[in-house]
Amino acid sequence: MTYPTLIVLVGTTLLGSTAGVLGSFAVLRRRALVGDLLSHAALPGLCLAFLVLGRSFSGMVAGALLTGLVAIGLMTLVCRFTRTKEDAALGIVLSTFFAAGVVLLSVIQKQTGGGSRAGLESYIFGQAAGMNLRDVWMIAGLSLASLVMVLLLYKELKLLSFDPGFARAQGWPTFLLDMAIMGTLCVVTVVGLPAVGILMVAVLIVPAATARFWTERLSLMLVLAAAAGGLAGAVGTLLSAGLLQEWVGFDPLAFGDRTKNLPTGPLIVLCATAVFLASLLFAPRRGIVARAAAELRLRAKTAREHLLRTLFELSEPHLPERPVVTVEQLLAQRAWSRAWARWLVWWGQRRGSVERAGGGVRLTEVGLGRAAKLVRAHRLWELYLIRGANIAPDHVDRDADAIEHLLTPELVAELEAQLEPAAVAELPGGVPESPHVISPHDEERPA
Amino acid sequence: MPPPPVEIHDMTVAYHRKPVLWDIDLTVPEGKLVGIIGPNGAGKSTLIKAALGLVPLVSGKVEYYGKPYARQRHLVGYVPQRESVDWDFPVSALDVVLMGTYGRLGWVRRPGRRERDEAARCLAQVGMEEFRNRQIRQLSGGQQQRVFLARALAQDALIYFMDEPFVGVDAATEQAIVRLLQSLRERDKTVLVVHHDLQTVSEYFDHVILLNMRLVAAGPTDSTFTNENLQKSYGGRLTILDEAAEAVRLGERSR
Repeated sequence: MTYPTLIVLVGTTLLGSTAGVLGSFAVLRRRALVGDLLSHAALPGLCLAFLVLGRSFSGMVAGALLTGLVAIGLMTLVCRFTRTKEDAALGIVLSTFFAAGVVLLSVIQKQTGGGSRAGLESYIFGQAAGMNLRDVWMIAGLSLASLVMVLLLYKELKLLSFDPGFARAQGWPTFLLDMAIMGTLCVVTVVGLPAVGILMVAVLIVPAATARFWTERLSLMLVLAAAAGGLAGAVGTLLSAGLLQEWVGFDPLAFGDRTKNLPTGPLIVLCATAVFLASLLFAPRRGIVARAAAELRLRAKTAREHLLRTLFELSEPHLPERPVVTVEQLLAQRAWSRAWARWLVWWGQRRGSVERAGGGVRLTEVGLGRAAKLVRAHRLWELYLIRGANIAPDHVDRDADAIEHLLTPELVAELEAQLEPAAVAELPGGVPESPHVISPHDEERPA
Repeated sequence: MPPPPVEIHDMTVAYHRKPVLWDIDLTVPEGKLVGIIGPNGAGKSTLIKAALGLVPLVSGKVEYYGKPYARQRHLVGYVPQRESVDWDFPVSALDVVLMGTYGRLGWVRRPGRRERDEAARCLAQVGMEEFRNRQIRQLSGGQQQRVFLARALAQDALIYFMDEPFVGVDAATEQAIVRLLQSLRERDKTVLVVHHDLQTVSEYFDHVILLNMRLVAAGPTDSTFTNENLQKSYGGRLTILDEAAEAVRLGERSR
């Protein structure tokens, strides 16, 4: 790796991490699009500064901030004093400032006689290669300042983001705190523009949204957002420099030499999105895969419990004998396919609730106990619906069917306490008699 | 005579220049449970928010034990409406309760062991100690409401404002809130509660404030919560005040 590339790498990694942390507050505060407005509205400021002061990094940052803040102010005014809603106001102000910026840009290009010499278009697409040591020092300073601010004001920012009304009632200067966090975010956005371009807004939002998938704690969310942002910055830069392809010996798009000098900003954004998609799919609890698995587990549990209950109901007249039940008898009671019924029986065997015997299945001793508990919960709930909620006895079966799998032992105990003991007739395991005629469950669908 | 816990003098409040409360004069006695009653749009929540400086006053003043709110914040606890925040926020129940202690901690200082113990005690007072580490989205509506109450308890105040704490809660939470209100009264706290269920007013509150854009009546429940006063607050909207407010709004618009 060459020295200039190393400098750029440090710069984009720091930028990504800092944007991740500050962006988390913006996302939680529902101010995510402020970064979008700012990065577009910065362009005319950059151009004006270039026209007046020439190529001066700090001058251009100041110019960008100035028009960015003017744009935010204008948007607030438009919302406040006209009937224009926030999203429309954002669109109007953003596009106007950006259009003005593009016009100024072409003026500059004509003036300097030949496109890229001014290098200003990197502020649109981002070209991190132009970063020098001084820029990186500035980014490092800014990152440090942001970090110190978030560490010192962690408690205040947490309260402000969660419940600004309560914060104000407690006497915190919410406006100033808001300015502190959003102001720092603005500065970081503008400083990130030359490296990442207009897409800087993605680096503010995506790492924060990614981190939210993995944790329920704000502190950890900030750390993870910093990690995700830093990772995206680093990998995007390496891809842009063509280094990752070289190291891994893998050229995903078979671009060959053309993979060198791809725009850094879009690559950083694509990397951030890749991490986001991976989180969306695979995060524990909140991820799509985990949620689908939980749903499947619940459905399988429900089906297995239905098997036990059906077997119990078919055995009920013969208790304490445990008669053999044929698959046909089961299918007559439930709208199951033969294969599904077999699978359920297989599961029951594995769990030791069901055994095969003489051309059919029957409950084991253990299975009978489990089934009795389930049927008991089901019938207690039915009784409760009939007596407590005045629902007709022939309607309660399906209602109970939906809920019995979710009843906790505490709830069952409470049900018992509410129903008079006479209703809970003594059967094996204290199962009350069914309050309705047991008929086939037609509404049942195999999972 | 010592100054009362809350004294409101000639208070008028407007949203976007449309007046919602007109010329409220009110004195709240110490150590009472006070219900704020009135129809929808009567300005009940606005009264609380104005008293806490969350919406600006057009005129008038609010004093706590004879001094303005800015100097007495530490004496006042606040339970906002439950829907006012995003419950998907990445914090635990205990974190939310700890926020009640932020006011006396001041800038930069983080809550420590003492505050955590205190917050846990407040959670226990509303029967929520076993949920201290739950993320708040995983709590039921009633449990979320109790977390908000615990946060106000952690503020350790003398005066409490509660905005519709009984809305959309389960029976267990309703009972917990009632018990909490009574224990606050036993400790001589003054509690003002925005309430909408007329049937429970006499049971829960010693005092009532009847509002409908202006003060209809205020005083002990026995003598104030009468059919006549209810008729005055609920019997038809106050058409004249409504129309006047609308005229103000339209006037502003056409300018």
